[in-house]
Amino acid sequence: MAASDKTTSASTKPRLLDRLPVLHQLRQSVGLQRGMLVFGLVLTGFFLLLAIFAPWLAPYGYDQLRGPDGLFGAQQPPSPEHLLGTTVGGYDVLSRTIWGAQTALLVIIVALILSVFIGILLGLISGYLGGWLDRVLVVIADAIYAFPSLLLAIVAAIAISGGQSGLWPGVMAAAISITVVFIPQYFRVVRSEVVRIKAEAFVESAKVIGASTWRIMFVHVLRNSTRSLPLIVTLNASEAISILAALGFLGFGINPTAAAEWGYDLKESIGDVSAGIWWTAIPPGVAIVLAILGMTLIGEGLNDLADPRLRARRRAGKQTPADAVAASQPVTREFMGEVE
Amino acid sequence: MAAAPSASDSLAVDIRDLDVSFATDGGDVHAVRGVTLDVRRGEVLAIVGESGSGKTVTARTIIGLLPETARLGGAVMLDGTNVVQLDKKGLRELRGTKAAMIFQEPSTALNPVFTVGWQLAEGLRAHGKYTKAQAKKHAIEMLRRVGIPDPEQRVDYYPHQFSGGQKQRIVIATALALDPTLIIADEPTTALDVTVQAEILELLRRLRDEDGTAIVLITHNMGVVADLADRVAVMLEGEIVETATAIELFSSPQHEYTKKLLAAVPRLEISDRQLPAGAAEAEPIVVARDLVIEYPGRFRRPGFRAVDRVSFTIKPGEVLGLVGESGSGKTTIGRAIAGLTPVADGSLRVLGTEMLGVKERDFKRQRNELGFVFQDPATSFNPLLTIAQNVAEPLIVHTDVRDAAAARPKVDELLEAVQLPKVFGDRFPHELSGGQRQRASLARALALDPKLLIADEPTSALDVSVQARVLELFRELQEQFGFATLFITHDLAVVDLLAHTIVVLHNGEIAETGTTAKVLGNPQDPYTKRLIASLPVPDPIEQAARRATWNATRED
Repeated sequence: MAASDKTTSASTKPRLLDRLPVLHQLRQSVGLQRGMLVFGLVLTGFFLLLAIFAPWLAPYGYDQLRGPDGLFGAQQPPSPEHLLGTTVGGYDVLSRTIWGAQTALLVIIVALILSVFIGILLGLISGYLGGWLDRVLVVIADAIYAFPSLLLAIVAAIAISGGQSGLWPGVMAAAISITVVFIPQYFRVVRSEVVRIKAEAFVESAKVIGASTWRIMFVHVLRNSTRSLPLIVTLNASEAISILAALGFLGFGINPTAAAEWGYDLKESIGDVSAGIWWTAIPPGVAIVLAILGMTLIGEGLNDLADPRLRARRRAGKQTPADAVAASQPVTREFMGEVE
Repeated sequence: MAAAPSASDSLAVDIRDLDVSFATDGGDVHAVRGVTLDVRRGEVLAIVGESGSGKTVTARTIIGLLPETARLGGAVMLDGTNVVQLDKKGLRELRGTKAAMIFQEPSTALNPVFTVGWQLAEGLRAHGKYTKAQAKKHAIEMLRRVGIPDPEQRVDYYPHQFSGGQKQRIVIATALALDPTLIIADEPTTALDVTVQAEILELLRRLRDEDGTAIVLITHNMGVVADLADRVAVMLEGEIVETATAIELFSSPQHEYTKKLLAAVPRLEISDRQLPAGAAEAEPIVVARDLVIEYPGRFRRPGFRAVDRVSFTIKPGEVLGLVGESGSGKTTIGRAIAGLTPVADGSLRVLGTEMLGVKERDFKRQRNELGFVFQDPATSFNPLLTIAQNVAEPLIVHTDVRDAAAARPKVDELLEAVQLPKVFGDRFPHELSGGQRQRASLARALALDPKLLIADEPTSALDVSVQARVLELFRELQEQFGFATLFITHDLAVVDLLAHTIVVLHNGEIAETGTTAKVLGNPQDPYTKRLIASLPVPDPIEQAARRATWNATRED
């Protein structure tokens, strides 16, 4: 007993690296699931790098129309000066595609921060306290669900900024309209977890001890009900990009002079497609597809890995004596019991 | 080693050098190592061992019911077929006809949307052509064999229309449908009450005697083993440490572990315990008078009365054993005393507060004098806090200690009191075994030195040897600190170890109450008598005699 105590206490605190949400799952994964997750991580990492280093990576500014030799000119084909040509408005396509990543990232961050905090708080209160407040909030969440999310986003964009605006008002308008669509998702996920956790013995034990309702809610219930959130966050991040692009495409986005935005560029390139000009439509389109694909792959990968029944494992191999000893250690068995 | 087999006996199952390992996130787990076993026709082989000893995995291998992550080695000959090498189709033909399984939880083993007749016929349809009428006739026949009254009508009933014991009979009937050579019973009576358990064991015994079915019985209950088994295999950490006939095993166990296991089984010894001096005259801590607790009904139907006009008192330092079967209202009473369930009528005074219509705000001040130990140690701790943080909770809530770090010296003291090393405070709940967790749970309940402790089946989720240690610790602490206890349990042998007085509950009413010696030694109420007679004792010879008494009470 004493000997096994020593060996197991070393493993009580896993390294920080292993406990980080996505990295932990990456270590668990094998085979195709790992390949998909890695591909998603690479795509998303590339997207993040573009967004953060846009000012240094992009050859020109997002609203730059003239270089040292005067105006760029409209609809110029790819050339050494303009690697992907220029748009109908006379902007450099490559630069706007790179700067577009930054706008998309800003919108994702603002939208997720707003919706995660509000959604979790409402879900926690609604699920734990119950009663009429719970019923009202659930009905409202269901009503929002019933609207097509894009329609809702358009209404929100008009209400917030009148449809057109500069960088921050534009980003905020897009983010807030996305937030309205996302809050019900977080709300429902957290609420259902809270309702489940509420009946667990450790919550009752806190009640018997006499802990206050707020203490039970925030110390005991909240932290146990956020397990599936990383998954929804990644899936919602990809949905945020598509909603932002759709808003821009429909003309409710951000002015080209305020920031670069993929959806807006796509809209501007509609006329070019029939004229045989490929270089204005494909780069922003591919950027949207890859950014969404990367985040969706991460989200789906996490989803599969979070479920022990979907998770692929290496087949049990030939045993060595050391494995047999490890198998009889109590911690290993507890761990096995935990996943099953 | 075993009784000499007669010539007509042939092997139903022959397991040779079985190895099973699983791929898990924590690396490979070698669950079964080099197990060699055999079961003859018409014989009951019991596999006993603690949780995680590999007994279920071994038995499931016989009908190929292991998850895909399992890797098998060795040979399992079932009626002449090597199961280990069979593919899925081969296994399917084998299941039901040569081997069948009885599961632990009858209510989840039956499909709630089909009639039991349909489910009985399902096994027949899988292995041959039957017309509807033939299948139904067969199903009625099966129900009659397992002792379901009025099988002609009840064949069209749905599972929820049967009681737990009857459902287990139906599960047994489905297993029997195709006359298998072997039946695997995985803890067939663990989810059932003792009185029902005795009847199911009787049924299994009849199957063995009348049909010559071989039975592999997996259980952790030595009383069940003594009652039913012909031979016993004891498993420890994936290996068989001892195989012997039941009579030999109980009278002269060979292996150290078997001896330990048998010594840990609580026996009914009927002890006379005296209340601590002065307790009899002292003001009682809990007074229940005509206590009624109801659960509200749906759609204006009258509520369900879980506890009906129950009266008892708990004096300082007294251990009151509340005994009853599931649905008797024993847990409800414990929850009402802790303020988790409202009182509907009558009077319940806890630590001087009247609980009828009490407001949580008024009772909160009394909560520091109350400790609660829950049944399942796995869920009663917040999984994201360390043991030290969990144990510190009552200190943070009720004393001027600000956080878990400041409470640590006191927490260490408490952990020491329940015989856990201090380093365990830094572990998370899932890193402790069940027994260790239940001891930490005891530490948390005792953190504020309460006057009253409510223990709701604190040992029923634990293995026998662990249960013995926890109960021993509990008795020491009770003598040392002198808190009054409401000890809720279904196990008469456990109350016998601890309680001064016993209250026997039956369907929400008190069947009998009195001192431990009086209730267990000289029961007056017929229900108490039946309860005591149903309890199997871990001794095959004594159990055979008790069975006769039990049969007598059944006919009353």
